[in-house]
Amino acid sequence: MRRIGVFVCHCGSNIAATVDVEKVVEAAKTFPGVVYAADNKYTCSEPGQEAIKKAIAEHNLNRVVICSCSPRMHEATFRKTIADAGLNPYLLEIANIREQVSWVHTDKEKATEKAIDLARIAAAKAAKDEELFTSTIPIEKRALVIGGGIAGMQAALDIADAGLQVTLVEKESSIGGKMVMLDKTFPTLDCSACISTPKMVTLSQHPNIELMTYSEVTHVGGYIGNFEVTIKQKAKFVNHDICTGCGLCETKCPAKVTSEFDQGLGKRPAIHKLFAQAVPNKPVIDKNSCLKLTTGKCGICSKICPVGCIDYEDKDKEVTKKFGAIVLATGYELIDWTKLYGEYGGGRYDNIITGLQFERMVNASGPTDGKIVRPSDGKTPKSVLFIKCVGSRDVNKGKSYCSRACCMYTAKHAHQVLEKIPGAKAYVSYMDVRTPGKGYDEFYMRTLEDGAVYVRGRISKIYPEGEKLISLGEDTLSNSNVTLETDLVVLETAMVPNPSAEKTAAMIGVGRDKDGWLQEAHPKLRPVETNTGGVFLAGTCQGPKDIPDTVAQASAAAAKVIGLLYKDELETNPMISKVDPQKCAGCGFCIEVCPYGAIELVDFPDRYQGKKIMRKVAQVNGGLCQGCGACTVSCKPGAIDLLGFTNLQILEEVDALCR
Amino acid sequence: MSLEEQKQVPENWEPTILAFCCNWCTYAGADLAGLNRMKYPENVRILRVPCSSRVNPQFILRAFQKGVDGVLVAGCHPGDCHYVSGNYFTRRRFLLMQRFLEYNGIDPRRFQARWISGAEAGKFRDTMLQLCEEIKELGPNRKLREVK
Repeated sequence: MRRIGVFVCHCGSNIAATVDVEKVVEAAKTFPGVVYAADNKYTCSEPGQEAIKKAIAEHNLNRVVICSCSPRMHEATFRKTIADAGLNPYLLEIANIREQVSWVHTDKEKATEKAIDLARIAAAKAAKDEELFTSTIPIEKRALVIGGGIAGMQAALDIADAGLQVTLVEKESSIGGKMVMLDKTFPTLDCSACISTPKMVTLSQHPNIELMTYSEVTHVGGYIGNFEVTIKQKAKFVNHDICTGCGLCETKCPAKVTSEFDQGLGKRPAIHKLFAQAVPNKPVIDKNSCLKLTTGKCGICSKICPVGCIDYEDKDKEVTKKFGAIVLATGYELIDWTKLYGEYGGGRYDNIITGLQFERMVNASGPTDGKIVRPSDGKTPKSVLFIKCVGSRDVNKGKSYCSRACCMYTAKHAHQVLEKIPGAKAYVSYMDVRTPGKGYDEFYMRTLEDGAVYVRGRISKIYPEGEKLISLGEDTLSNSNVTLETDLVVLETAMVPNPSAEKTAAMIGVGRDKDGWLQEAHPKLRPVETNTGGVFLAGTCQGPKDIPDTVAQASAAAAKVIGLLYKDELETNPMISKVDPQKCAGCGFCIEVCPYGAIELVDFPDRYQGKKIMRKVAQVNGGLCQGCGACTVSCKPGAIDLLGFTNLQILEEVDALCR
Repeated sequence: MSLEEQKQVPENWEPTILAFCCNWCTYAGADLAGLNRMKYPENVRILRVPCSSRVNPQFILRAFQKGVDGVLVAGCHPGDCHYVSGNYFTRRRFLLMQRFLEYNGIDPRRFQARWISGAEAGKFRDTMLQLCEEIKELGPNRKLREVK
């Protein structure tokens, strides 16, 4: 038996000035199921709430309708009020007679009529309200960070420092990411390795961090608080438990291949550490170039290893772990310019390099020991041209977006050329110079004062002539053609998402934008969350950014993870979809519609013609469902319904509106 | 009811318009219109739904059967859905439904969809004004109406 109480609020004169509150009360008394109706000057005030509680007790009310301001304003307040009075908090409906009646209408008679209609609609819905209960799901107090660049390291350290367990998975054999490849960082010119390697060491020694290098995430299941993640540890062929990292094997290995870390400018042996200060500082064998593993003949490293840690029989291993939260820090790669820019030679000219190759070259521990040289002949270039926006802001060939960090590192590169090579010329071909950031514009100005020549315009063609490279372009400021003759050309190429992010994002159910960057939940207000609960973004996987922004975002993601994992249990929203397995035909249309992957088909024991059978029916995962109701419309037999907004309730509302 | 009677519009007739508004954008936009004291006709009754994709075509049919003169489904702008992709479903369903209603003799202007964000109070008011005017022009809805 429904016993509905209706409470109409004056809101001072906010409602009462335009709506005849007494009339609404009188009308409400005639609605089906309504046993009590009253008005109040301020329903949300302490006495107003007390009056509701008192009426619930005195009149034995079991459904409550409040005609007041928007439910977006006080729904939570009144849910708590009726819960205090012993009712289930979801047995409440609110008729919005302030924002949607008294404030937008002037005719008192018509406004009152509309207020009565809204009250009737709310009462009709309330009559079909059912008790709903929040359930709790336990939270695994361990976070997974995918990617060991500066973003992943910062996030892992922040979470671990808060006292929570973290597993950091990195696909390379060392953490450090792109930042450790760099020489100096703008605008302070402090050495990149000097500020990132101590972080790497701290991380590897942190008691709360489990470091899994040379590993990849291969499967992600579960949901917020309860992810089940399978991690593949690639075969290292070196037993890191006994390896001392002496490096003897690296010096004797006969197989030399192009070094990925040095961006193709140097060589590395098949058994190698990623770089000198790698963490963990122990080598792995690259199975594609090792002579023993490819041809079966060699085995030198095994013979000379003083502790006998080489194991050619090593296999990939898979482990499955549980996590409460995931931070994606998969980072970026540089766009492959060789396929896009035929006018720059498409990779045929040795003396055209990328900005990251320049970084390796100018790095004291790089392949040239910090000397800027021409890759073709090893000579010191006397003039260098830097071309910005190669792939960025180029809708026709590359990407429409700005890669954000290039203007600043180009200024740094030009500065380094002028500083390291006495008498050298540095030219920069640019479209715009964008230097928003602390101390950034000052740095750019300093580079100009150093003598860097900025030419506004794009380079349309580069070709070699003798030992030189001739670059043809336009100076749009003087409206003239320019021909630059330089020894070296550096292309400052666009950032693109790390290709491995696509697979990882798909596994977790995180969306990607038109360029493949991982999609944040809201571009302004939820920049580190994703639309999948418990999954957060850090660094350039979300979009191009420089190191300060990356670190800030990583710490923000860590704060979100800490906030989540510090709870013991997670309360779920009870207003979610629910399947009636008896009605469900198991067609699976709802699965395709659900944006959260919250619905799956499960076995359901049933009877058919007197026989016991098993059939598939849809089931909603309460941890994943967000309660949008899109699935309810897709269901042909009407087996799936949204609690709190059931089909019956909405139909009752429509009926009540029409009388 | 004779054909003549059907065409007659009763004196002082006011249309009843039902608006399904998603909780995150359009309902918030309607609240903001109130906060800014914008004025629009009283004919509109708003039903709050979590997402525009919650609106089942069944609800719309029922509304027309019960004598509603116009129905609006309104949600977040495409691409801005609080639930990622809900309004894309709404958009497709709306187009199908509008054609279905037209096939059944209901003027497509009686069933409209709009994307109104939580900040677009002005757009909300303008939509209400326009909708009321259009439906007043069309007169009472007598198609699909249940025989009493």
